Amino acid sequence: MNPAIRIEGVTKRFGSIQALAGVDLEIPQGEFFGLLGPNGAGKTTLISVLAGLVRPDAGRLAVMGHDVVSDYRAARRQLGVVPQELVFDPFFTVRESLEIQSGYFGIRDNAAWIDEILENLDLTEKAGTNMRQLSGGMKRRVLVAQALVHRPPVIVLDEPTAGVDVELRQGLWNFVRRLNRDGHTIVLTTHYLEEAESLCGRIAMLKQGRIVALDTTANLLRRFSGHTLRLRLAPGAALPEALLPRLSADSGGEHVLALERCEDLEPVLASLREAGCRIDDIEIGKPDLEEVFVRVMHRD
Amino acid sequence: MDGFLTLLYKEVLRFWKVSFQTVAAPVLTSLLYLLIFSHVLEQHVKVYENVSYTAFLVPGLVMMSVLQNAFANSSSSLIQSKVTGNIIFVLLPPISYRQFFAAYVLAAIVRGFVVGLGVLVVTLWFVGLSWQAPLWILVFATLGGAIMGALGVIAGIWAEKFDQLAAFQNFIIVPLTFLSGVFYSIHSLPPFWQQVSHFNPIFYMIDGFRYGFFGVSDVSPLMSLGVVAACFVVLTTFTLWLLRIGYKLRA
Ligand SMILES: Nc1ncnc2c1ncn2[C@@H]1O[C@H](COP(=O)(O)OP(=O)(O)O)[C@@H](O)[C@H]1O
Ligand SMILES: [Mg+2]
Repeated sequence: MNPAIRIEGVTKRFGSIQALAGVDLEIPQGEFFGLLGPNGAGKTTLISVLAGLVRPDAGRLAVMGHDVVSDYRAARRQLGVVPQELVFDPFFTVRESLEIQSGYFGIRDNAAWIDEILENLDLTEKAGTNMRQLSGGMKRRVLVAQALVHRPPVIVLDEPTAGVDVELRQGLWNFVRRLNRDGHTIVLTTHYLEEAESLCGRIAMLKQGRIVALDTTANLLRRFSGHTLRLRLAPGAALPEALLPRLSADSGGEHVLALERCEDLEPVLASLREAGCRIDDIEIGKPDLEEVFVRVMHRD
Repeated sequence: MDGFLTLLYKEVLRFWKVSFQTVAAPVLTSLLYLLIFSHVLEQHVKVYENVSYTAFLVPGLVMMSVLQNAFANSSSSLIQSKVTGNIIFVLLPPISYRQFFAAYVLAAIVRGFVVGLGVLVVTLWFVGLSWQAPLWILVFATLGGAIMGALGVIAGIWAEKFDQLAAFQNFIIVPLTFLSGVFYSIHSLPPFWQQVSHFNPIFYMIDGFRYGFFGVSDVSPLMSLGVVAACFVVLTTFTLWLLRIGYKLRA
């Protein structure tokens, strides 16, 4: 079976900026994949190269086995892209936009599927509204709908929840989850790391045009983030010397200690007891992607 | 529906939805030219035997409307799509660069024809015309619209801002159309300017188009057809090349 996406040795330079510095990535069909990285890391450029909006300087890309340059028609039929920018055509209504987008893909009678997408994205009542009159969140949902008109097996969403309110975000994720369950491959970039953590089975982290981490979400959490122990000691008590190597943050009298594994808790408590430290407050934190992200990005 | 047909349909729907600006306004402008110029010049200018100045003027105005509106359609659509970013809606689907070209140019021809017909219908109230060679009328209007539609594609792709497009229009398109013999026969010009006019492709479009009505023209219609067809081939080739390499559309 062809991978949903295959990217080999892709580079792209804009003037003096090396936006992509050699990216290799393979995403199997059916995966829910996260592409993370700080602003300017090259996420949008990578998506644009995949979609044929930007030409790579070197390397090859394929969607469902179709090369995006030599077999671009087949590749584009397999791919739905929700762009990062909030773009729309002010001349048309929501339904017209979706019908026209269907036509571009050679689909004639798409009303049933369009109705279903509108329903799922809570846009049914806005079908006859001109694009200009929609709020930002609704325009974003129309962009999602436009990416789906041709039922692409691979769906790429570039920061789809930027500026979208919480309720709407939940609705969008439920829909995208369902598409994933139905067999669509999902690639997602987002700034909300909790979202990526709860949605994505596998994650790539991009920094300055290079992939600096690539693993399942569970493995990343295990490798780069353990549990944390938050301690507030009684006034006057100092943290024992032996625990200093574990100290990852220290603010306002609260010490944050890193625990690689749950079993590490035992010796930490023991050394506190030995030093006679009285504990005012204690809390155990689960590993989170935020911390993985920070560590990966600051690693050399 | 085929991607090409949809893009053509969308481009036609786009101008039709704002037809007050894109059709009614240019028809009114041409009508004003007709009223003013024919009023001032009817008694003073005689270009061809048996053809009144007002009658002479009408085909020129019609063709000028076809040409300017064909250019306006493709160029303004592309610059708007680029500036607002919605150009990606046509760049993401499996539409080839040839289909892209054909859709924008055909829509430009449609807009040119709609406005041109509008001008013709309105001006027929004021002056009767003869129709010596209707096929020539159609051929020159189509080729002229296609050339200007292709130029509009080039300008729309090249321009990054609205004022760059306005400059292209004001400093190239408008002078070329005004100095092409819409309002006069180039035989009434001093020899030097007659020579210069022969380098203006739009002169041949207007002259050939006018031949279709009156059966007389400044140069032979075959020569005009040759020049116009050559322009069309050169511009089409150039535009297709720009689209194929993705100039300013696919970074
Ligand atoms: N069309 C372009 N022209 C010039 N520079 C660009 C262009 N697109 C992206 N860049 C630059 O490439 C780098 C990567 O950008 P981008 O892919 O948008 O990052 P991200 O989506 O991860 O925030 C940035 O430094 C950006 O300024
Ligand atoms: Mg981006």
